[in-house]
Amino acid sequence: MSGSRYDCVVVGGGHNGLVCAAYLARGGRSVLVLEAADEVGGAAVTREFAPGFRVSACAHLLHSMSGAMIHDLQLEDHGLTFSAREMPTVALAADGGSVALGATSLTANANPLSSGVTVDDAAAYPGYVALLNRLAQALRPVLDSVPPRLGTDAWADKRALLQLGWQIRRLGRHDMRELLRIGGMNVFDLLKDNFESPLLQGALAFDAILGSNFGPRSPGSVFTLLYRLAGATAAQGKEVSGTPLSQPTGGLGALSRALSAAAVAAGAEVRTNAAVERIIVRDHRASGVQLASGETITANTVISNVDPQATFLRLLGAEYLDAGFTRRVSHLRTRGLAAKLHLALDDLPRFSGVSEASLGGRLLIAPSLEYLERAFNHSKYGEFSNAPAIEITVPTVNDRTLAPAGKHVLSAVVQYAPYALKAGWDAGREQFANIVVDTIERYSPGLGKSIISAQLLTPSDIEREFRITGGHWHHAELALDQFFMMRPVPGAAQYQTPVDGLYLCGAGCHPGGGVMGTAGRNAARQVLGQAA
Amino acid sequence: MRNPDVNDGVVVAAATSPAVVVLPTPPHYVQPLLKTPFHNRARALSQLDSFVPWSGYTTVDVFTSVEQEYFAIRNATTLYDLTPMVKYRVAGHSALPFLNRLVTRDLSKLQVGRVAYCVWCDDAGHLIDDGTVFRLSENEYRLCTAERQLDWLLSSAIGFERAIGDDRLVIEEVTDQIAALAMQGPTSYAVLAAAGLSGVERLKPFEIETFEVDGVTITVSRTGFTGDLGYELWMDPGHAERVWDILMAAGQTRGIRPIGSKALNIARIEAGFLQPNVDFVSSAHTVLLSRDRSPLELGLEWLVDFAKPYFTGRRALVEEKRRGAARRLVGLDIEGDKPAHNALLYSDRAGRKEVGSVTSATWSPTCKRNIALAMIDAPHFQVGATLWADIYLNRELVWERRMARARVVAKPFFAPERRKATPPGSY
Repeated sequence: MSGSRYDCVVVGGGHNGLVCAAYLARGGRSVLVLEAADEVGGAAVTREFAPGFRVSACAHLLHSMSGAMIHDLQLEDHGLTFSAREMPTVALAADGGSVALGATSLTANANPLSSGVTVDDAAAYPGYVALLNRLAQALRPVLDSVPPRLGTDAWADKRALLQLGWQIRRLGRHDMRELLRIGGMNVFDLLKDNFESPLLQGALAFDAILGSNFGPRSPGSVFTLLYRLAGATAAQGKEVSGTPLSQPTGGLGALSRALSAAAVAAGAEVRTNAAVERIIVRDHRASGVQLASGETITANTVISNVDPQATFLRLLGAEYLDAGFTRRVSHLRTRGLAAKLHLALDDLPRFSGVSEASLGGRLLIAPSLEYLERAFNHSKYGEFSNAPAIEITVPTVNDRTLAPAGKHVLSAVVQYAPYALKAGWDAGREQFANIVVDTIERYSPGLGKSIISAQLLTPSDIEREFRITGGHWHHAELALDQFFMMRPVPGAAQYQTPVDGLYLCGAGCHPGGGVMGTAGRNAARQVLGQAA
Repeated sequence: MRNPDVNDGVVVAAATSPAVVVLPTPPHYVQPLLKTPFHNRARALSQLDSFVPWSGYTTVDVFTSVEQEYFAIRNATTLYDLTPMVKYRVAGHSALPFLNRLVTRDLSKLQVGRVAYCVWCDDAGHLIDDGTVFRLSENEYRLCTAERQLDWLLSSAIGFERAIGDDRLVIEEVTDQIAALAMQGPTSYAVLAAAGLSGVERLKPFEIETFEVDGVTITVSRTGFTGDLGYELWMDPGHAERVWDILMAAGQTRGIRPIGSKALNIARIEAGFLQPNVDFVSSAHTVLLSRDRSPLELGLEWLVDFAKPYFTGRRALVEEKRRGAARRLVGLDIEGDKPAHNALLYSDRAGRKEVGSVTSATWSPTCKRNIALAMIDAPHFQVGATLWADIYLNRELVWERRMARARVVAKPFFAPERRKATPPGSY
């Protein structure tokens, strides 16, 4: 079966693929999105994990998709609503204390002393947040732009480099010096320099290590923190007030459905249950795809939302690529370290020191920098953490559509759970799930009794379920050496691959994952710019 | 029987890849200068005791005198110990796709029992090395290279490791498992025939065949580095001395003599063949980016098949071809009889505009010409162009300088019809 022909075929209907398709269709291209699963969304999907209980199965919060993009694609007209915005972040202390990380100030709850937040901490906090936000603002255009190539005569490349230089220069003498000073530092030292409370230090370090192969002492962990903040500033426009977490009604799957609807409204076609087997190359040019069913689809341009290693080594094949490029791709660091825990609960969980209002926010188990670093230590040797760091949400507090009346869902991101567990995940999954539940129960007494059902997705489950090599949310580790002009690898960092007619648009490209959509939009810009 | 200096290979399998790499033990870099299986014979005949290192082995550069040895190449027959040449066995169902993605020629056209001269490039289309590919059977190849290539071969193997059952891609260094002898010169065929290799007359250039002589198996390929009639002989190291003795005895009346690398170097310049690290530096070793050389620049475009499936460097070479080469390696015919070693080349006699330099130079005793290989900037590399070579001469410790007229000429300088004749002439 053959004959169907499109200007563009997008392989993979993750959020970036859908964003890309929407912009391409708006640009007048005939577009087909092919998704292997039975629903679009990739790692931004809502699934039923126990009868009657649904949860955002991988990503569970929206923190870096820009308001401009949501507006631009009219996602709210296509069904996107939010059950919570500006969700608070609360750091939990083992003895029942907590501290809420506000945009400009700290609020210690329950037992103020136990949080250990000092007067000096409270005084230093606004200045620290403001500095990091200014630096993040300067980096924000970097996230939005197509990375330039070095050593070319192209005006666009030179302009992009100048812009980057100008963004940093206009920070002014003090902030520029601070950026250069802390940019390559580790977040452990940065927070030790600024604060006294271990709980506050741990909580502020959490976003630096979330979803990465970093401990707080890892070099470059300030960079990942700035990266996340830059994504957040992009999400909020000029107004910055902390990390702008939000929760779509119906979970992240609802966002993907809205994106799909936006793409379809713009003229794209979206097919599910259509797994691409390989990318067809003719005359050294990508000319279409072949599905697992044997069906072939011809296209002028193939855009892959699939991770770079799978795109190049599995769908395309090394025989169409230079050996040095293939080596770089195969050396990408793609192993995930974050697991996902889903609990179906009989009752609303209570966390000591957390008010009902804050329960709809994000709760962190990251009581100190040392706790995080120790949790990370295990992962270096292929073991999971005995005392893991955890990001907890109870989405049913904000969104009653996800569970039966009176029942609740707890969704948690857990670190560290190394992809290549030495003992193997078949042997380790249950043990680790118990450790995670026990850890949470220490902060939420009685939780265990209320559990109806539990599901733990390890990185190897995430790899299989969401078709991501290595099970890394970002497709490839976000670190300085795999960022911007080097993401995923030099030679493919401008979304265009060495093979004519083949582009990348997924999280493995600049600026990465985190349900941002920017990679998809930038890729579409590149395709439209060149195909004009 | 195996060379007693050599232990069995060890199998090193990378944890993440099913490709198998076999390294010799002890590794070449641990034991200083190995002896080839012909070493005892060579030492006995070496009058000057002049040995030089070559890829970890000690080999002869001159036995008696360069002139005698050179004239044996062109007028009789010669034995040259080729054992140190790096050899890889490449086997498995994916050997062909792997090799075809490595080199710039289309190896899908290479028949079983034939040899192809090849080059391979990095992503930028710059030359890493040159060598020969032997197709020994359907899925078994031998890759002969000037320098060790394991790192690049392993990188190139990524994506080609897929095993079908037990049939996986094997890349094995076999340098020390095969003794090799080049037998070159107009009487080489007659000597082989006299030695009892019946049927060797059928062997066409670049063909391989196996012969039994006196209970010894010798694989013969009609290949060489002299541009003349000649063969290369491949055998078990344990048989090396027997084969040497058989050939020396059979060639006694036809002027056979062993040669060293210095005489061979004159012959290879006459034949227009390139010497790595002399006429180009591998892009794996260059420090200065501008020292990388592409096959188009080296005049090896005939080895680059743009119509074949993708190979490493293709994209860059297509672009270079579109732009036009910035420089080219050419032959030079230089006035006078003083070899233009390392000479800078100018477009004018006054030496104001430098346009290139000589990479290899020699007086050609057979052509009676003062010849050289030189890398020349565009547009001065056209055949017929006149350049000026700045030659420095040391005459009894006094340096003199000559500006000699040099003409760009076609290569090779020496290419006798007898090199191709099948059956070969019995001189």
